[in-house]
Amino acid sequence: MADTLTGPLPQDPDPVPDFPMPRAARCPFDPPPGLKELQERGPLAKVRLWDGSRPWLVTRHADQRALLGDHRVSADTDSPGYPSKAAGDGGDTKFGFIMLDDPEHARLRRMVTAPFAIRRVEALRPVVQDIVDGLVDDMLAGPGPVDLVEAFALPVPSLVICELLGVPYDDHAFFQDNTRTMVHRDATPEQRGRATREIAEYLGGLIGRRLADPRDDLLSGIAGRVRAGEIDHRTATETALLLLLAGHETTANMIALGTLALFHHPDQLALLRDTEDPALVVSAVEELLRYLSITHLGRRRAVTADIEIGGRLIKAGEGVIMANEIANRDPEVFPDPDRLDLTRDARRHVAFGFGVHQCLGQPLARMELQVVYATLYRRIPTLRPAVPLDEIRFKEDAFIYGVHSLPVTW
Amino acid sequence: MSGAEVELETDRCVASGQCVVAAGQVFDQDDDGIAVLLAERPAPEHLDDVREAVAVCPAAAIRLLER
Ligand code: SF4
Repeated sequence: MADTLTGPLPQDPDPVPDFPMPRAARCPFDPPPGLKELQERGPLAKVRLWDGSRPWLVTRHADQRALLGDHRVSADTDSPGYPSKAAGDGGDTKFGFIMLDDPEHARLRRMVTAPFAIRRVEALRPVVQDIVDGLVDDMLAGPGPVDLVEAFALPVPSLVICELLGVPYDDHAFFQDNTRTMVHRDATPEQRGRATREIAEYLGGLIGRRLADPRDDLLSGIAGRVRAGEIDHRTATETALLLLLAGHETTANMIALGTLALFHHPDQLALLRDTEDPALVVSAVEELLRYLSITHLGRRRAVTADIEIGGRLIKAGEGVIMANEIANRDPEVFPDPDRLDLTRDARRHVAFGFGVHQCLGQPLARMELQVVYATLYRRIPTLRPAVPLDEIRFKEDAFIYGVHSLPVTW
Repeated sequence: MSGAEVELETDRCVASGQCVVAAGQVFDQDDDGIAVLLAERPAPEHLDDVREAVAVCPAAAIRLLER
């Protein structure tokens, strides 16, 4: 930040801003002001992480896409220079293929791509619509206010991913508690390790049962790969864990945080509530993905060979962080970037990342969000917050940004 | 028909389906989600959509050769 450069800090000969940076209290939807300053100053800056390491922070949209698409950039948490998110990050569980490089990454990823093809996802749309309608019915049948996170935002993706994977939803309290611990930045390595082990054991057991007794679900598909000798049981379990975790913690936060953002942009909320046009819903989802960019710890990589980018040389063994929330506010790509405008063309956002690791579940996430945003405000047109903004606790402390709870009434 | 030609490198495809969303007349996916080219020489009215597909494809698997 500017004051650390100009202020009297003689004891620090090499001032480097800390990352992640705090958001401004009054703009919980905007990226931290410090990130904006770095972006205005230049394409690359060094930042300091929790462990004292100093990776590069890449702020511009074009540079982030170039680096994320570059094979000299590794997603392996064991690569020298990899910028780790928290103590224990990387640990002994490798969250399946997202922490591996090609060709192993591609091999494992391709084993689970089938259910996320557009047509397969579209075939699920009526199922998701039923889930969403059922949850809205339940909300309307009970008294307000309710916590939108508990009553709606978390159950939607949870029910959907359980259906897709073949995990019994009756166990949701168990894995929701554990996934919450796994993505909590302040969880100790022991806590994170225990939560991870508990779900891994649970999923490993389910896969074992599907080996003996396959059904029409993704866990059975993964078990089939074990039977065919393509992967071992451990890799199968890690893959299932990745899908279960990603299915919970991202879409749920997009629903709740998106709804809160819309409350604060009533004209935009009205657009969604009053539209008959599915194309507007599609563009609204892209714009909210861009505007909120909930993966606020950035895409992290280690550079394995010298790369010149933005006029600077990144050396082999250095870490890079692609802060997608600031790339998604890059004025070169999105004019007037800080304005939430559901009618703009936001399709080139990097909220799902870029390159070969780009989110596998994005077609499913998009479809769920389209159904939610097209249904919730139309069916509950008087939906509104039940507490003022300054009583909302934001998830600055989690790997995925969002709100801890969102009391609403109607 | 137009002079423009689409190239798809299926080896690079990571099955994100973004090309299908951007230009469903030109791209489809196989059973595993890997992209399939429906029209090597897309109609001129589909070229903008193909350009969008090129821009959003995370794996740089699509090229549009315009002459
Ligand atoms: S957008 Fe690219 S990576 Fe995604 S399905 Fe199409 S070709 Fe494959």
